[in-house]
Amino acid sequence: MFLTQEDVQALILTARLAGTTTAILLLVGTPVAWWLARTKSWVKGPLASIVALPLVLPPSVLGFYLLLALGPQGPVGRLTQWLEISALPFSFWGLVLASAFYSTPFMIQPLQAAFEGIGERPLEVAATLGAGPWDRFFTVALPLARRGFLTAGVLTFAHTVGEFGVVLMIGGNLPGATRVASVQIYDYVDAMQYAQAHHLALVLVGLSFLVLLVLYTRRSVSAWSKV
Amino acid sequence: MTGQILARFTKPLGDFCLDVDLSLPHRGVTAIFGHSGSGKTTLLRCIAGLERTEGSLSVNGEVWQDANRFLPTHRRPLGYVFQEASLFPHLSVLGNLNYGRKRTQQEHRVGLEQAVDLLGIGHLMDRKPDKLSGGERQRVAIARALAVSPRLLLMDEPLAALDLARKQEILPYLERLHEHLDIPVLYVSHSPDEVARLADHLVVMESGRTVAQGPLGEILARLDLPIHLGEDAGVVLEATVAELDPTWHLARLNFPGGSLWTRDSGLTPGHSVRVRVLARDVSLALQHYEHTSIQNVLPAVVEAMAPDDHPGLTLVRLKVGGSVLLARLTQRSAFTLDIQPGHSIFAQVKSVALLE
Repeated sequence: MFLTQEDVQALILTARLAGTTTAILLLVGTPVAWWLARTKSWVKGPLASIVALPLVLPPSVLGFYLLLALGPQGPVGRLTQWLEISALPFSFWGLVLASAFYSTPFMIQPLQAAFEGIGERPLEVAATLGAGPWDRFFTVALPLARRGFLTAGVLTFAHTVGEFGVVLMIGGNLPGATRVASVQIYDYVDAMQYAQAHHLALVLVGLSFLVLLVLYTRRSVSAWSKV
Repeated sequence: MTGQILARFTKPLGDFCLDVDLSLPHRGVTAIFGHSGSGKTTLLRCIAGLERTEGSLSVNGEVWQDANRFLPTHRRPLGYVFQEASLFPHLSVLGNLNYGRKRTQQEHRVGLEQAVDLLGIGHLMDRKPDKLSGGERQRVAIARALAVSPRLLLMDEPLAALDLARKQEILPYLERLHEHLDIPVLYVSHSPDEVARLADHLVVMESGRTVAQGPLGEILARLDLPIHLGEDAGVVLEATVAELDPTWHLARLNFPGGSLWTRDSGLTPGHSVRVRVLARDVSLALQHYEHTSIQNVLPAVVEAMAPDDHPGLTLVRLKVGGSVLLARLTQRSAFTLDIQPGHSIFAQVKSVALLE
């Protein structure tokens, strides 16, 4: 076969990680993006900067701090011990948490831009037509920002698929649990198995291209139909 | 108080302060007139609850805002038409119309079909807003606001974003609303023409304050305000079509205190019409000349005079039976003819604009 069973395992794990991360970030990131798009508070600047930090920090720095926080001496580590659940480092959920932090800007920034693009007016119109705040959010803001959601979702998913440094710091390299595709490729290269590395890498290139192709064709089609 | 809209607001606004205390009738069309930046739109937004500021507001006896409470916009039974149509782009015309309708619990005194018919948008129901013309969009926006059966309709310069042709397209629909629906309207405008056509009641605003408020005819006939209107100073008369003269294609309109001949543009005897007589179209004569091209000569009494915005001109208020006309003439003519309050005189009306 083209791919080994371990490769498939790594790909499935990668997809699961990216999917879970995207779902969690959608839930958490949407209200944050909404708030950032509409607030006039002074907190906006500092919060937006924190959101953007993962864009500039080396993944190893983020991974290092997360490892400290999640470890047995860290605040999250103590919490998991107190709750008597398994420790997060070197586990799938540890990876999810780390990925969520690492991909935050890719979710929040497109959403914030989409919400800002809607402007105040449609929401005011909805209010004059009897729609309360939640109603306005779900029936006006969400549909009008749907392209932003598509972009944010795809970017977050793709970015999580592509991460490497944070995964190594937090998750290590446990087959089936934390060995994602990017780490698997690293292992192949490390072991001079270039042919196997090629196969998996090609699959990733192909899949990523397809996803982005869908995103960008849809975009240009809808932009074109607006004319 | 029932039958009234009582509004009092104060709000800092750039260089000046919105500071109004209004008592308006809860019926008919009240125009809020003023130049750009006079605070008209802010006043309307305060009434809608879109701006939160100190003040109080009660509509037909219901308190919408006072020191202790502030009814949020979505709980106020109002309709709002913005300057731009602001239709929801993700919904069809029907979806837009139903959006507000589904969210209003009160009984629907205005049927959806009625709103659609009044605005003539029946053939557009399945279209998306981006497939409509500017005029069509604004008509849908007006129908959308009407379809919630508002107890107060707020319109913020609904024609200002449209070109002249589109304005002419929509004005008749607005006049139909006026005739067919018993919904009080607050209509913000800086166009004297729209005000003369649509309003029953007039509020004049300047730098955040109300300069005058009262029935349209009374306010327009005031000598201290027409200065703000410049070339558009003039009065509005409510008249009925008395007779038609098919030979000359003319129609005679009766108004309280006299009658005027005008071009017959397909009028029906017995119908009420609104006519506008601009001050610049009224000249004065001491005698009733037979040899003049002017068809309308009315006996009048000079009531008052005031300087106009140009030092060479003067505005004269005339009493014609039960009605009032304004005339604009040069200071020199007024001096030569010795026009003084109390003098009897003849008003020559050069042209009359039919508004309905």
